[in-house]
Amino acid sequence: MAQSGGGAVLRDRTAVAGVGWTEYTKNSGVSTLALALRAVRAALDDAGLEHSDVDGVACHRVGDSASAVLVAHVLGIRDLRFHLDMFGGGGTSHQVVAQAALAVASGIADTVVCWRAVNARSEFRMGGTGRAAPDAPEFQYQLPYGYATPPQQFAMLDRAWRHARGATAEDLGRVAIAQRAHAALNDRAMMRKPLTMDEYLSSRLIADPLRLYDCCLETDAAVALVVTGAERARDLRQTPVLVSGAATGGGHTLFSNGRADPTVSAAADLAPRLYAAAGIGPETVDVAELYDAFTFLVPLQLEDYGLVPRGETGGFYADGHASLGGRLPVNTHGGHLSEGYVHGLNHVAEAVTQLRGTAGERQVPGAEVALTTGQPGYVGGTSSALVLRRDG
Amino acid sequence: MGTEASTAEHTGGNAESPPEYRVPPPDEVTAGWWDATRERRLVVQRCLDCAHLQHYPRALCTACGKTSLEFTDVSGRGRIDTYSVTHRAPRPDLTPPYVVARVRLAEGPVLLTNIVDCPLDRLACDLPVVLAWRPLPDGRALPVFRPDPDA
Repeated sequence: MAQSGGGAVLRDRTAVAGVGWTEYTKNSGVSTLALALRAVRAALDDAGLEHSDVDGVACHRVGDSASAVLVAHVLGIRDLRFHLDMFGGGGTSHQVVAQAALAVASGIADTVVCWRAVNARSEFRMGGTGRAAPDAPEFQYQLPYGYATPPQQFAMLDRAWRHARGATAEDLGRVAIAQRAHAALNDRAMMRKPLTMDEYLSSRLIADPLRLYDCCLETDAAVALVVTGAERARDLRQTPVLVSGAATGGGHTLFSNGRADPTVSAAADLAPRLYAAAGIGPETVDVAELYDAFTFLVPLQLEDYGLVPRGETGGFYADGHASLGGRLPVNTHGGHLSEGYVHGLNHVAEAVTQLRGTAGERQVPGAEVALTTGQPGYVGGTSSALVLRRDG
Repeated sequence: MGTEASTAEHTGGNAESPPEYRVPPPDEVTAGWWDATRERRLVVQRCLDCAHLQHYPRALCTACGKTSLEFTDVSGRGRIDTYSVTHRAPRPDLTPPYVVARVRLAEGPVLLTNIVDCPLDRLACDLPVVLAWRPLPDGRALPVFRPDPDA
């Protein structure tokens, strides 16, 4: 089996130098190409760079968005030295940033823009209508049973996780409520009205046990990041946020693929590699932005990334430790549940904002190290995560 | 937590429910599996080199990597590994609520399926289930499961 030596090759050699967002809406009224360009332009402005400084592009998508090369052409990049157009969902989001960092660290490119642009509400709903049947053989064993959408897929994993941990609906309600409280402090967030436990518990079932407020939003938006060398970033406009460690892992498909226990995700395998790459342990993490397509994925990852002992996440939330002011604030922007769904990349953007110290009312005081993660490998069978660190 | 009282009387339909589900065409690896359903035989792949059993059918054994595989009959008994009750269907031709489950066969592999003839409030992880067949118009059939009457 392959060894994971060399994982530290990236450590602190590259930085996120710019971040850009479009508005978050339910109907952008423009193409994903336009969204991508707006976010990239905003990220370049944030960094104090011009489009002529960009020589690499990277994005992930599931056939639902403008291609990386198209965006590069429209940006007017003459000598495109690196391009990555990764097929995949939330499990690949953080790998895109890691690949951009690798391209910069290896000297292939100087400055890479990464983005995710989606009209995920108005145009292309995940698992919804208006798309051709997927072609993977395992879909022959799914679609005939009326099984196609992310809530259906994750509901079964949620059930297994609750069953194994003895977790209750209230335990997961606290995740949704805590994140909504964070979103109330975030001008960008789509859902800012406080959520009560009664509202959570009385919200309609989508795919039992998933209720409406267990499910993330569907959003039209784009988020972009500028990745460049650490030295170069120090000469730019913002406090550099260093890419300290990156790791990618496998995961569970529906049919297991050799992983017997669905309640332990690929993150449990990936986390040791990630921490070793960054040269830290989980106790060093000041703030965590964890992929949250559905509520249960957050406590599950707190377990699998070694941040909270297995089986103790219910108490962790009940005691307020995941909230601002708590021991480890989680999803300080509101996450996919309340800020919006930009397929993992808005979690990276929030981690960068926290580490710059510019998160305003929702700032985690003195945050120096952030863990941010993609979907922990379910369904698509791949996962990825980053450790970011404030420079200096 | 669990199912709501208002849906407890639903049983997720029965094995003879109209085949309202779309079935993608078989491919070169899965064709034998689908053909077996014409004879109402539930099969999984067995590796001729290491005896590993696997589902869904693939071009090679996920345990040893070899490519000599055959289809072998299984007992049709298993337990619900995990399940969900769909209340918002992905397509308008599907009528919720219905039950999607991952069943762990007695022989080991897991199968995605529907649970039929089962009150929703009886559903549980680890519930013993047995095979039933839902006919398809072209002579094939879909394996579905119901609670094991002998358990």
